[in-house]
Amino acid sequence: MAQKPTEPNRRDFMTIAAVSFAAVGGAASLWPFIDQMNPDASALSLATIEVDLSPIEEGQSITISWRGKPVFIRHRTGKEIEEAKGVKMADLPDPDARNGNLKDDAPATDINRVKDKNEKWLVLVGICTHLGCIPKGQRIGDAKGEYGGWFCPCHGSHYDTAGRIRKGPAPRNLDVPTFEFVSDTKIKIG
Amino acid sequence: MAHESTFKPGNSISKWFDDRLPIERMMHDQFGVFPMPRNLNYLWTFGGILTFFLVVQLLTGIVLAMHYVPHEGHAFDSVEHIMRDVNWGWLLRYMHANGASMFFLAAYIHIARGMYYGSYKAPREILWILGVLIFVVMMATAFMGYSLVWGQMSFWAVTVITNLFSSLDSIVSGLGTGIVEWIWGGFSVGNPTLNRLYSLHYLLPFVICGLVVLHIWALHIPGSNNPTGIDIKTKSDSIPFTPYYTVKDGFAMCVFVMLFAAFVFYAPNYLGHPDNYVEANPLATPPHIVPEWYFLPYYAILRAIPDKLFGVIAFAGSISILLFLPWLDTSKVRSSRYRPIYKWFFALFMIDVLVLGYLGAKPPEGLYLIVGRLATAYYFLHLLVVLPLLGWIEKPSAMPGSITDDVLGKKPAGAK
Repeated sequence: MAQKPTEPNRRDFMTIAAVSFAAVGGAASLWPFIDQMNPDASALSLATIEVDLSPIEEGQSITISWRGKPVFIRHRTGKEIEEAKGVKMADLPDPDARNGNLKDDAPATDINRVKDKNEKWLVLVGICTHLGCIPKGQRIGDAKGEYGGWFCPCHGSHYDTAGRIRKGPAPRNLDVPTFEFVSDTKIKIG
Repeated sequence: MAHESTFKPGNSISKWFDDRLPIERMMHDQFGVFPMPRNLNYLWTFGGILTFFLVVQLLTGIVLAMHYVPHEGHAFDSVEHIMRDVNWGWLLRYMHANGASMFFLAAYIHIARGMYYGSYKAPREILWILGVLIFVVMMATAFMGYSLVWGQMSFWAVTVITNLFSSLDSIVSGLGTGIVEWIWGGFSVGNPTLNRLYSLHYLLPFVICGLVVLHIWALHIPGSNNPTGIDIKTKSDSIPFTPYYTVKDGFAMCVFVMLFAAFVFYAPNYLGHPDNYVEANPLATPPHIVPEWYFLPYYAILRAIPDKLFGVIAFAGSISILLFLPWLDTSKVRSSRYRPIYKWFFALFMIDVLVLGYLGAKPPEGLYLIVGRLATAYYFLHLLVVLPLLGWIEKPSAMPGSITDDVLGKKPAGAK
């Protein structure tokens, strides 16, 4: 052969071009196989729900299902609100409000855990932020934990009357979903 | 041991076939005359037992799939339909459920055997790594199979385990949640999740089959290890696989199947959890979530660590660390028989794993949590610190000159 083996020739170029083309094509055709597992349009369309709050008496809680997840709605008593307000920020393991209605960096004060300063109504996604169990505390006889809010029996996380993590392995406060007051006694979640 | 083929076709049809697809030759060379160490004990029968249970799980699983309905509204009822209405359905399901437990029991004994006799050391590293991969795929398959029952424990086990990925949120915000919703196909565990777990539960056993073929291939290059850890040197060190080990494996298999039958016929639900006979309810968590017994040690490690992300890392690390065992153990001596110090650390490691298993079923509070943390610490200390250092410190005891010498009771050179 007259060609020097060290210099790339036309054949090398064709090999590299063909292999690159096949690699890019192969990678691109993988995407439908991966994306088919993501929530589809029918799952996304169940995204909002309206809830009538008028039958919930002070001190009562209800659990509704939103996007397949439980949502806790508690009509808080004055005592519960005062307790939540009295907590020092330094005592909170998670200092962020985790409120879908506020900016991400809002601090976890009690007022930032409710919507439009409406302190009576606490709305939370009822899923422990540790590994996804449903905390106890919705029913009258339930263990409510050491801080009077909710207690997750799976791995022992305690939440206070504003749904903030106080003790246990959970890393974050219970999430407050995005919602709005349609009227004084009706909310729309999502 | 790779050896010269000694196969001679017995007739013209066999010869015709042998020239085209020498499968009879392969069976003859690999499972007929294959040279095995003459001194194997009953711990070496678990490879055969495991193969048997892989076949049991495949056969029972394939027929159960003819009656099972992978839909959130029908899954639980279809399992009860199998139990009550399908001809022999109760037997097939109890064989499948208890077969999984027996499969894991045999796998744990098989793994412990490999660790005690140093079967992972050169030249068997690839063989060992393939074994660890089989174990990981087995765990995934068992977890998915358990979810299909769609009882309370199934549902919440899936919720808790898939949520492990959400710990990645603390590295890249939203990454973990994105992965979890991708796995779920929704915003919570639901019908799309059940369907894909069913699809994969059917697929993965065949992946295991492929890995088992590679595992046996890799085994038949150096041949089996043995209780002395000494290689076969002369013809008198070995005996052919058939009939000697086909019979020994067969006998051990019969004894093990008696244990299997005892569970299937007399205590079919002993290893299960009563909460899984309550249909899945996404709005209520059972008071106490426990995995199946074979996952308890890893569950204890997960819960021993107070930080969510590091708990998950320790959980994944406790299994993947086994891949590196051939290089973590720096001792040149294979068998623990000739390792006077390692022998005791090995016993401690076995006790440690059993303690972790016990704690995995207990609530993570008080003394349980403290012991759980100590046991988790020893698990990693053993593999990452004790094993590498011991190879340097320990002075092995005198070894026999060959397998034959050991069998005939000849004293090793230099021994009293």
